[in-house]
Amino acid sequence: MTIMTRFSSRLDVRSGAVDMTHGAGGRATAQLISELFVQHFDNPILALGNDQATFDVPAGRLVMSTDGHVISPLFFPGGDIGSLAVHGTLNDVAMSGARPLYLSAGFIIEEGFPLADLARIAASMATAAREAGVPIVTGDTKVVEKGKGDGVFITTTGIGVVPDGVDISGDKAQPGDAIICSGSIGEHGVAILSKRANLEFETEICSDTAALHGLVADMVSAVPAIHCLRDPTRGGVATTLNELAQQSKVGMRIVEKAIGLKPEVHAACELLGLDPLYVANEGKLIAICAAEDAPLLIEAMRAHPLGREAGIIGSVIADANGFVQMETEFGGSRIVDWLTGEQLPRIC
Amino acid sequence: MKFVDEFRNGDLAKRLAASITREADTGRAYHVMEFCGGHTHAIFRYGVQDLMPANVQFVHGPGCPVCVLPIGRIDNAIELAERHGATVCTYGDMMRVPASERRSLIKAKAAGADIRMVYSIRDAMRIAREEPQREVVFFAIGFETTTPPTAVAVRDAQAEGLRNFSVFCNHVLTPPAIQSIMQTPDVREHGTVAIDGFLGPAHVSAVIGSRPYEPFAAEYKRPVVIAGFEPLDVMQATLMVIRQLNEQRHEVENEYVRVVTREGNLKAQALVAEVFELRESFEWRGLGEVPSSALRIKDAYSEFDAEKRFALGTRKVRDAKSCECPSILRGAKKPTDCKLFGTVCTPESPIGSCMVSSEGACAAYWTYGRFRQSGDGTQRHKEAAA
Repeated sequence: MTIMTRFSSRLDVRSGAVDMTHGAGGRATAQLISELFVQHFDNPILALGNDQATFDVPAGRLVMSTDGHVISPLFFPGGDIGSLAVHGTLNDVAMSGARPLYLSAGFIIEEGFPLADLARIAASMATAAREAGVPIVTGDTKVVEKGKGDGVFITTTGIGVVPDGVDISGDKAQPGDAIICSGSIGEHGVAILSKRANLEFETEICSDTAALHGLVADMVSAVPAIHCLRDPTRGGVATTLNELAQQSKVGMRIVEKAIGLKPEVHAACELLGLDPLYVANEGKLIAICAAEDAPLLIEAMRAHPLGREAGIIGSVIADANGFVQMETEFGGSRIVDWLTGEQLPRIC
Repeated sequence: MKFVDEFRNGDLAKRLAASITREADTGRAYHVMEFCGGHTHAIFRYGVQDLMPANVQFVHGPGCPVCVLPIGRIDNAIELAERHGATVCTYGDMMRVPASERRSLIKAKAAGADIRMVYSIRDAMRIAREEPQREVVFFAIGFETTTPPTAVAVRDAQAEGLRNFSVFCNHVLTPPAIQSIMQTPDVREHGTVAIDGFLGPAHVSAVIGSRPYEPFAAEYKRPVVIAGFEPLDVMQATLMVIRQLNEQRHEVENEYVRVVTREGNLKAQALVAEVFELRESFEWRGLGEVPSSALRIKDAYSEFDAEKRFALGTRKVRDAKSCECPSILRGAKKPTDCKLFGTVCTPESPIGSCMVSSEGACAAYWTYGRFRQSGDGTQRHKEAAA
């Protein structure tokens, strides 16, 4: 057994870059982990330096979720891949009604990636985790050759525990239920697009990326009998509603006028030929509950900073074909269908 | 949003719908072809058909640039990337359009070809500047709306000496296409396609003006009303078509006066004339060879013409057997008349081009037809499975 000596010089976080030795499992890997990740994530379980995290779990149903993050650009208005990787998984855990307990983080880093950027991402993850009160207790670092990655990919896994009496699932929507959205839509997707290399446009829009478990905790304590919860991330509100309709074998009818849309997001979508219903969100949720529970649930949501603009956007109807219909502001109606492929700007 | 919301006002829509219902003669039907995909999109997105009386129907025309491009031209684009090693830059819409042997640009990309999605020809020029070792080709498609930017880019590329950049030109013209629809046998002789009037192009007309439609309206005795792409534009123009038909007039009228003039954008027209010239004939999916219906790059700019630079041949490729896209694009058949519709041809796995673009008639019917006749749709799925 060897006793590890101190590193001869500190990691050059200001101008250094990740190289293949940082992923080789030797001293450079150890230095990267201890001086960058452990320092930022700063919690006793991680500091033990084991290959796994060991902890006690409270009684009840455990929830587990995992999410890979490959976003480009890595830094965007309102957040970065680090905060997104924490919020994304926390939210997936929270959408079961659970209280998230612990996170893990796996990094795949491209050779040549600036250490300064990596430190910035780690700091952002640490801040997001601290604010959420959910520590990152275990992780992994791999380095791939230049050209075989896109800067950095981060996979996070979260576990949490569901309070007694809460049983939320995508297959529980029933005809007559109210569909509630926690706020205005499309901000994350538009913020990202505004910074894409070939599409830069000036906008004040920031990503809505946020951890929603605090809001969810208030919601389940007000109305434990919520039927469905889901965060409308990739594919937007339209995709989430179609998923829920299919899982629950019901139809949905939403009202365009009731869906919050900031003027800047509306304008950007007009310009790019995008439908905001299909644009990603990272700090919003869709809740479905019995119509009679809706006023109480909305009251609880509006009392929380992330649910201030919550409101009913439609209702669940009986329809074995699972169509999502929308009453347009124009007075007609349309189908809000599954997206095929990626949403693309129209050219004429 | 200012200057947009005004044209989507639900109260005005109700009033217009009431006028249309009042003025449409219940003793006859009105079949109005909206030429542009932009109109088709507005009709579906805002539910305009719902607001129309049963005897006023929209026939979806061929005005989707993605839908009318023949298979051979997409094969050419794939050939540019795979055989000539070029970087092919394309609008996203083109990526999934079926080429020969069920290939597509997106599949060629996955197989290693350098095909990149761009938002404008300027992005393709930037790539050419940044990667001087690559041959960068912009896959130019579209009607008269997208032609002036291509003209400017070609001119700039020459001035700048951007030697590794060229354009695979597929720009097509609207008036010959409208004329071709009225000349097809199923319209002329059999009278199976009832098209009583047209909603004329919006953005295209901003460039070419309303004048080019005048000979057409006179010859074929069909009203043409140029309409903007907002839902109230579509409704107002439809009312104008109905009024003309009721009064037995067949004129070119302009609903889109806030943008379109009779003469159009003369500066843009001059630019296009400087860089492009007419092709004798061009193949359209659905319409076949249409004389004088497309543009090619003039000899003075031939170094930027990918067809010449890479000596691309014209490939004639037949559309998939039993795919009814050709008849659907002419308005002669409805998507639901096609045997492939909803069975082997769906938006996830399109056979014909009308199923690819969201502006394509089949893709639109797939969403709405499935809903309106979900009984029938279910039946079709059962037949397909059996």
